[in-house]
Amino acid sequence: MVYSERLDGRKIDELRPMEAKVGVVPSADGSASFKTGKTWAIAAIRGPRELFPRFLQNPKKGLLRCHYNMMPFSGSGERIRPGSSRRAQEISMVIMNALEPVVDLSAFPNAVVDVFVDLPQTDAGTRCAAITAAAMALAHAGIPMKDMISSVAVGQVDGTVLADLTYNEEAYDAIVSDIPVAVLHNSKEISLLQMDGEISKDDLIKALELAQTVSEKVYDVQIKALKDYYAKEEKQ
Amino acid sequence: MSQILVEERSVIIPGEVLAEGMDYLPGDNTYRENDKIYSKVLGLASVSGRVLKITALAGPYVPKVEDKIICQVTDILMSGWRVNTNTAYSAVLNVKDATQRYIKKEEDLSKILAIGDYVVVKITQVTSQNLIDVTMKLPGLRKIEGGRIIKINCQKVPRVIGKKASMISLIKEKTGCDITVGQNGLIWIKGNPEGEFKAEQAIKMIEEKSHYEGLTVKVEEFLS
Repeated sequence: MVYSERLDGRKIDELRPMEAKVGVVPSADGSASFKTGKTWAIAAIRGPRELFPRFLQNPKKGLLRCHYNMMPFSGSGERIRPGSSRRAQEISMVIMNALEPVVDLSAFPNAVVDVFVDLPQTDAGTRCAAITAAAMALAHAGIPMKDMISSVAVGQVDGTVLADLTYNEEAYDAIVSDIPVAVLHNSKEISLLQMDGEISKDDLIKALELAQTVSEKVYDVQIKALKDYYAKEEKQ
Repeated sequence: MSQILVEERSVIIPGEVLAEGMDYLPGDNTYRENDKIYSKVLGLASVSGRVLKITALAGPYVPKVEDKIICQVTDILMSGWRVNTNTAYSAVLNVKDATQRYIKKEEDLSKILAIGDYVVVKITQVTSQNLIDVTMKLPGLRKIEGGRIIKINCQKVPRVIGKKASMISLIKEKTGCDITVGQNGLIWIKGNPEGEFKAEQAIKMIEEKSHYEGLTVKVEEFLS
């Protein structure tokens, strides 16, 4: 049986409905919320500020530090124990590595920019939503960035290459693969590439091409949220 | 053929292409890659002659020489004080920049400025590593006594001051308070308790509604 019709009725290259907003955390230096279907990420930026412990300080440039956190009842299964876990630490590192190529902290030696991403509700694709929200929040905080970064997951379910998998598709009873990708908008470079599951070489190439095209849709949503925030301010 | 791809004073996102071709030059907050000029921060585009630049709409306070700022003393050093500038970098206030009087070597510096005291100072030097030197020896610079300190977003400071200091003098006049605005976003208000409270509320209102037109009129209504 081929997976020709998706469980939620989307087309194969169709993303879940997205919603983005900037400036959602008033006490932070910059913030953004990004929703895609049932996955919801809120990113808040604090900094540049003094970095402790001191041995982490780098006199040549500032440090970008990410904190990924799924909230206790955000998943579809059991309550998630609050606090850090091996998975959260890994994803924090992956998000940091994905954002590092665009963020330019050379003007802030010895300082740190903290990125906090919280997920009140999740349905697969959390690290992609986190990166997308974090990129908007960094822009909103006025941190120098060379490029915008958009992230989306692609994958393969039972031989069909798809974009933006949900949890039910990831758990589909067949050969499945899930590939989160983060794409820099101008250079089209990939700064995040991970994979879970199995995929053939041809399908992988197809999936990555799909990621390039669908990440543009995410980019449009990001841009609109940022521009709308300031357009609204100017009108009043 | 070179051309500009953005409108003057439009909102620009980091990474947005501003111009193509080699005839234009990248200015503040922009960079060139191959034959295109890109934006580096979120801000408003502006073109002056051949130079393209971006005026940032958000971002941290960047210390500049000659800026008047309000700081808190956080530590006492061998011959001066370390002060918190409300940025990622602390500043040093040297004894010789703090008082007119001759200070003997063994004198207790905490008698002059103690930890926790606030001071109004001016930046005299900033290095590439963002080490900051400040002075308290110019007119109007001093230790803060009495009143209250409030913190606002440093990007809104120009609005609080207003054109030719119109906004701040309006608040001073209406509330009868002494107000000192630091470029780093710290504001010192001193007057009678009602006036201080009113001035604080007015400043918070300006911070919140900084993008409204006719703000001076609104503030005047609020204060009268």
